[in-house]
Amino acid sequence: MAAEPMLTWIDERLGLAAWARAGLRKVFPDHWSFLLGEVALFCLVVLVLTGVFLTLFYVPDATSVTYSGPWAPLRGQSVSAAFDSVMRLSFEVRAGLVMRQIHHWAALVFVAAIVVHLLRIFFTGAFRRPREINWLVGIGLLLLALTMGITGYSLPDDLLSGTGLRVIYSVVIAIPFIGPYLAFLVFGGEFPTPEIISRLFVFHVMLLPALLIGGVLVHLAILVRHKHSQYAVPGATEENVVGRAFWPSQVFKSTGLAILTAAVLALMGGLIQINPIWAYGPFDATTVSSPAQPDWYAGWLDGALRLFPPIEITALGITIPSPFIPGVLLPGVAFGVMTLWPFLEAWVTGDHAEHQLLDGPREKPLRTAFGVAGLLVFVILTLAGGNDVVALVFGVPVEAMTNILRVAIVAVPLLGFGLTYRICRELFDRREAPGQRRASVRLRRTAAGGFEEIEPD
Amino acid sequence: MNASRGVALALAVSIAGSLALVVIYVVGGSIQQQGIGLALALGGVGTAIVIWAVALIEAPIEIEERHSFATGREHAVVVDSGTGTQEISRRRFLARLLAGAVGILGAALVMPAFSLGPQPGTDLFRTAWRRGLRLVDLGNRPIRPDDLVADSVTTVFPEGFVGRPDSQTLLIKVSPSDLALPSDRAAWAPEGCVAYSKVCTHAGCPVGLYRAKEHLLLCPCHQSTFDVLRGATPIFGPAARPLPQLPMEVDADGYLVALGDFPEPIGPGFWDMTHTPADGG
Repeated sequence: MAAEPMLTWIDERLGLAAWARAGLRKVFPDHWSFLLGEVALFCLVVLVLTGVFLTLFYVPDATSVTYSGPWAPLRGQSVSAAFDSVMRLSFEVRAGLVMRQIHHWAALVFVAAIVVHLLRIFFTGAFRRPREINWLVGIGLLLLALTMGITGYSLPDDLLSGTGLRVIYSVVIAIPFIGPYLAFLVFGGEFPTPEIISRLFVFHVMLLPALLIGGVLVHLAILVRHKHSQYAVPGATEENVVGRAFWPSQVFKSTGLAILTAAVLALMGGLIQINPIWAYGPFDATTVSSPAQPDWYAGWLDGALRLFPPIEITALGITIPSPFIPGVLLPGVAFGVMTLWPFLEAWVTGDHAEHQLLDGPREKPLRTAFGVAGLLVFVILTLAGGNDVVALVFGVPVEAMTNILRVAIVAVPLLGFGLTYRICRELFDRREAPGQRRASVRLRRTAAGGFEEIEPD
Repeated sequence: MNASRGVALALAVSIAGSLALVVIYVVGGSIQQQGIGLALALGGVGTAIVIWAVALIEAPIEIEERHSFATGREHAVVVDSGTGTQEISRRRFLARLLAGAVGILGAALVMPAFSLGPQPGTDLFRTAWRRGLRLVDLGNRPIRPDDLVADSVTTVFPEGFVGRPDSQTLLIKVSPSDLALPSDRAAWAPEGCVAYSKVCTHAGCPVGLYRAKEHLLLCPCHQSTFDVLRGATPIFGPAARPLPQLPMEVDADGYLVALGDFPEPIGPGFWDMTHTPADGG
């Protein structure tokens, strides 16, 4: 076998055989929910590969040029060189559009996989000691992924993404005391500025990916150091890991999952249109498309801006502009609570012990109820981010829809909290598994006309 | 069908997909063909590996021991015998000075970041509108009140500044008797023409929709709604301030002309917006 002398050759120079053997024999618990983070990782690989291709064609330049490509409706229009390059990529570069669409879909699935992975960690208590540090790294990765999404989304310099940037600018200048200075530093002046496109580009293809990939490596290194947490399967204790060896079973499964993830993204990129910038047109500061919705993960922020009442307080000559509370304070508090959750929970419950066995959501009704309430806030705000579309679908005036959602944002999470708490308690008290059928009672009619119970077999 | 046949079939699908992908690329197929080809090529390999892993590899359940993470003793050894720790506690003053020097060095190194943007100065307080500048449309044509159709809306700019984002303004002609402007602004509506900043006072979007029957301007971004007849007061949505109104009159040639800049800062709010900027602008 040719591989063996090769491996020996490498081992004689690096001395990694023992280390590699231990690594290959590392035990992985077998549960589908441990694959959610892997899906995110594989999306990242697809993003890097497609992203490199896109970078070779994209021009980060806001200079005005006249569009003269094959898309007739825009021919002769003044567009930025950035927009022009994305149009060329979409219509003239062979395989350019499919790469662009796979990249965009992969970005959406990437954030979704991270969020679902985070929910799994949260609802099973996998963030508890000793994993608090990796929880923090994970939150950092989520923030980086969101920033990657928003910076990448804005690069084509189309009307829709330009509107998104404008809203971000307005939220930044709303920060008391430092807002205008910060916004002028980030954007290079009063919105819109020609500088912003090349700045977003540098962040999107250089700085943020370096941080993101570095962060992922730290995330995985800590995971290997900790070994997986595990569900309370037979034989599992706080002192062991029960599962299958990394090689060959887990390597095969994960590789298969990686390639299948890429296959699904390829199918989505080929068949489902996304971000058709030729339909939106180039950015123009005096027009806006309607309806305008951002990518899914930013919808809750836009929804918060839409629902917040028109309150703008000026006291002692200092104005708190209305986007500040929904646009800065709300996400700040949301991410703050999420970041500190492992420490808050340990402080409230007094439980500072190491936990390797995962909780079932019902075993911790308060945590589960909090999680569900938070999730409902997110869902209602996301709906609010599309309140004009939702209103259209249901045939209600948008004002009525907004008022309904203003009530829902308070009522639904509270209701969800109470209901979840109750359900968890009852399930836990009865020791029933979800979906488990109740033991039935069988009756027999006696000759006398009465009924008697038959003993279970 | 047994599992190894399944693996072989999946790999065959992948090979066919890959070959098709090459053909599609060379002849320039549609994006749908590219996506399906790539999905088959990848999906075949992925499926084959998964079937292989699940059905062909025998992997027994194994148990690995776990160890607690606190390395207490060794840590104590580092603290006790480590000369570094003692060195730092012995020369506390120098250690603090070192920390301070590094901190100040860090602050100094951040300074170049300020090259990224100018100071806001008066930029947020002022637009290009000045006394005597005519209102012109996107085609740079000055406008007479008679040119306007009632209840139509036109985007206008100061003459010489067409397309300037912070100066975009909406010009609307309504019946003068319907107008209910604040008394100090009654003169700013010659022949029922009113002009408001087009930049939303909530998050800065162009207020692009006009419901002519109700005389309402609607911002499509967050649905802030402004009453044109009452000085563009917000009546719904998250905007808390009216759209600033442009002071204007009709000049000697019959064209609409500005009497000055907007009386308040336009667009989204910022913390010191009620202050008067340094140059009195």
